[in-house]
Amino acid sequence: MSNLPSELRYLSSHEWLRVEDDGTAVVGITDHAQDAMGDLVFVETPEVGSSVSATEEAGVVESVKAASDIYAPVSGEIVAINEALEDAPETVNQDPYGDGWMFRIKMSDPSEVEQTLSADDYKALIEEEA
Amino acid sequence: MGSKTALYDKHLASNAKIVDFGGWDMPIHYGSQIEEHNAVREAAGMFDVSHMTIVDIAGEGAEDYLRYLLANDVAKLKVVGKALYSGMLNEDGCVIDDLIVYRTADGFRVVVNCATREKDLAWMEKQAANFAVELQERPDLGIVAIQGPKAIEAVKTVLADQAELISQLGVFFGQPAGDWFIARTGYTGEDGLEIMVPNDAVENFWQQLLDAGVRACGLGARDTLRLEAGMNLYGSDMDETVTPLESAMGWTVAWEPESRDFIGRAALTAQKANGVPHKLVGLVLEERGVLRGHQKVVVAEGEEGEITSGTFSPTLGYSIALARVPASVGSNAKVEIRKKLLDVKVVRPPFVRNGERVYK
Repeated sequence: MSNLPSELRYLSSHEWLRVEDDGTAVVGITDHAQDAMGDLVFVETPEVGSSVSATEEAGVVESVKAASDIYAPVSGEIVAINEALEDAPETVNQDPYGDGWMFRIKMSDPSEVEQTLSADDYKALIEEEA
Repeated sequence: MGSKTALYDKHLASNAKIVDFGGWDMPIHYGSQIEEHNAVREAAGMFDVSHMTIVDIAGEGAEDYLRYLLANDVAKLKVVGKALYSGMLNEDGCVIDDLIVYRTADGFRVVVNCATREKDLAWMEKQAANFAVELQERPDLGIVAIQGPKAIEAVKTVLADQAELISQLGVFFGQPAGDWFIARTGYTGEDGLEIMVPNDAVENFWQQLLDAGVRACGLGARDTLRLEAGMNLYGSDMDETVTPLESAMGWTVAWEPESRDFIGRAALTAQKANGVPHKLVGLVLEERGVLRGHQKVVVAEGEEGEITSGTFSPTLGYSIALARVPASVGSNAKVEIRKKLLDVKVVRPPFVRNGERVYK
């Protein structure tokens, strides 16, 4: 069974979201997603300063097996990206909820977080897909 | 649930991720496909390829039969043990399957793909009707491929009694050892062995290889290794819609002697005379992104082709592909990835041999 921290929020498209005290949200892909994709070889994040919209494509991850879009869980401005992933995309496989984070959004509408899934809801969803 | 090889429980014990592969439950990786790939390039890895189909061909008509059945000519196999790669074609000259054939003391041994097993056997039986041959499938044998610069040494430590036989084995030769069969062949671009083992002995052999430091590798690494080595995969790079001449397999068609008729010869001769419209080439993308099967390739004059196999190359650190393109292709092309056209180099495979980049 894959690891699902209860303090995070999730999307059905297998991203996770961590809301910070300063009103930003950190985004990555779930342990389930990295396991299904296999070894990641490229991570394409949005540019710092660009805007993203909730549930729209914000980047791409490519594994040896396949390419997969990353969706933004909430709307806002990209204030940071994880540059270390450019040279070490495998970090996402090794630590999907920690050093494998992908980008940080300054939220324009924090109420959008309510539209995302709890760990239990996401767990139910991936069990259904299995 | 699919068919299982005799090594299925060993795969589970090594935490394999199992996928369906042509009706078989096979390991795609045991944790990290890239680490498995690198183990084969740098040391030694092993693959369970027991899902492949072994057919023994005996009878006084065996040689004439295979000379008619295959585009390559088994008469080239002058000594027992020598092996040959060939396409098996239909009357249109298109590829039913690709295979390896060994000359044995009693006739020949052929190894064909697993996903094509039923149609291959039906075709081979049908063509056998006019020859004095007996075909016998060998589901009693498993196959383990041990590949990499340290593979042969590792096998010699496990099969100490066969060390001398293995030392004498030339590249693309296979010899029986009791009811085992040891061949110096592979699908990775590295030196190594493919060993056919009775099903009841294969688990123990696998464990001894693990104990000797050989890393278990899944079919994912097998695919990236074979693509770096520029080797075709049946069903992706060629099938029953294309000829060997359009599939970088021209070298496997034995035109001489002219007196030899083989299935598909007339169609290939006509295609050669009229000009072969396509060819299979290598592509290299040195910027970020991964070439994948079915992506569109645009060559000069706006003519189009298609990627047949593409992947990230762990050895090179960027993406490579095989693509079928118009024969007029030059040294550059563009590939459409997510609606963007990216520049790629057109090269002649292989990309990697014996751990090193070899394309120009």
